[in-house]
Amino acid sequence: MSVLLIAEHNNKEVRPFTYNAITAASQINEDLHVLVLGHQADDVAKSLSEVPNVKKVIHVDNEIYENYIAENYTSAIIKHAENYSHIVSSANTFGKNLMPRIAALLDTSQVSDIIKVISEDTFLRPIYAGNAFATVKSNDKKKCVTIRPTSFDPADKSGGSAEITKSDPAEASSSTKFLKKEEVKSDRPELGTARIVISGGRGMQNGENFKLISDIADKLNAAIGASRAAVDAGYITNDHQVGQTGKVVVPDLYIAVGISGAIQHLAGMKESKVIVAINKDGEAPIFSVADYGLEADLFEALPQFLSELNKLNTIQK
Amino acid sequence: MKILVAVKRVIDYNVQIRVKEDGSGVVTDNVKMSTNPPDDNAIEEAVKIKEAGKAKEIVAITIGEEKAQETVRKALAVGADRGIHVKVDNVIEPLAVSKILKKIVEKENPDLVFMGKQAIDDDCNQTGQMLAALLNWPQATFASKIEVKDNALEVTREIDEGLETIEVNVPAIVTCDLRLNEPRYASLPNIMKAKKKPIEQINASDLGVDINPRIEQIKVEEPPKRKAGIKVASVEELVQKLKNEAKVI
Repeated sequence: MSVLLIAEHNNKEVRPFTYNAITAASQINEDLHVLVLGHQADDVAKSLSEVPNVKKVIHVDNEIYENYIAENYTSAIIKHAENYSHIVSSANTFGKNLMPRIAALLDTSQVSDIIKVISEDTFLRPIYAGNAFATVKSNDKKKCVTIRPTSFDPADKSGGSAEITKSDPAEASSSTKFLKKEEVKSDRPELGTARIVISGGRGMQNGENFKLISDIADKLNAAIGASRAAVDAGYITNDHQVGQTGKVVVPDLYIAVGISGAIQHLAGMKESKVIVAINKDGEAPIFSVADYGLEADLFEALPQFLSELNKLNTIQK
Repeated sequence: MKILVAVKRVIDYNVQIRVKEDGSGVVTDNVKMSTNPPDDNAIEEAVKIKEAGKAKEIVAITIGEEKAQETVRKALAVGADRGIHVKVDNVIEPLAVSKILKKIVEKENPDLVFMGKQAIDDDCNQTGQMLAALLNWPQATFASKIEVKDNALEVTREIDEGLETIEVNVPAIVTCDLRLNEPRYASLPNIMKAKKKPIEQINASDLGVDINPRIEQIKVEEPPKRKAGIKVASVEELVQKLKNEAKVI
């Protein structure tokens, strides 16, 4: 049987984590089909048909799929489900919202947030904020799986030429209405996929002080993250939150500034390749995961850090 | 309106998790347990709605072993009116939880069901969405703001790109984010009063739903450890290390 991946996109472009999910999905079974539910999303269907790992694209075009209404998505996916052994999506807010609704209607116990495909039915997933890894085997006939995108490399985007088939929409729900989306636009790289992330915590003291962080982010072409404490205190918006209940990031370099290192924050960043912690409390738990720890007052250290970076001849982008 | 709020008893968020040596799970004996943090936000929101005169009754429900009742008792102490404890002996999966909740919803007929968006033990993030599917109700997940309207809710949801606002007709399921509100502490008099509020006990086996596990937990292990890092003495040294040793800038 084949795998059906639910694509995430904005009707114009494929959202980047879809490519990571494609990698994981094709490890489950090479016969990978992608379902694009959207409104005038022909470019999305075309892009996905060019991904070598994708064997077929099913494109459903209707205005009811312009925004992500889980109810509308679910009825469309259920229509196609019988042809597939696995339904998969990325485990970000898109897939987390959607997949359990599908799984329940298929009477399947979902496997959430996998970080490794062991076999068609067995997967590795973190539990307790990543403080333990569980190997789990799904005994359901049809499996619903969400994939932690940062645990898989993105799939190649070109060279393939999968067939695109059109399909009819399913029923729309009358009980849920999309009102608005407040998307935070930024010229910086996306937090989830950035090569370098610099994050601030409660130690930043207020929102204005995040300027110290954004100056360095500009210099390093880094994304800006934050601890839950900083977001809760209103220093910065929620889309920056790194942690168990925020985003999970795995950059080459993660710089934690004024972050003590609560379990919930560590869950979102401790798989980063190189971790730097800057904190004036030498006992802060963040130092236990840091490759390089600097015990210092961030208000002195950050301006110095920027001036040292300015002295470098070259900086990797 | 009547609001049903589901709460789960989990290992306290401050406890350092230890994996059992035989790989069968994590250590829970003599470990501090608490209400799953976003479930506290769900209770708080229900209480606020009731205080605003928009809800008449709040029923708190938990599913679990005998001691899971503590979470219902806590919900009663901050403002829920009565409790339900569905007894199960083993850990059950979100699909089974949602099947049990569906039975209770059919009996209680609430207008709204609130719960946390995710439990911090299994990190599944499934139950609310599954219950919404089984009831064929609309869902509003990861809520950071709820506005009660006539027969509908306007809900602001935390999503990866920022915030999304949707309107769902009542009856509806809402899963709550940590930023929805600031959960209150129970006062001592209210804790005393809560002891007199009723908690109905129901055996899961009497509900006639299939709660057998579908997922086999083969083993639980510790994640790979990071190798110990070093402390640097100055910003200058830090930048040199990042440039020449780690080679990341």
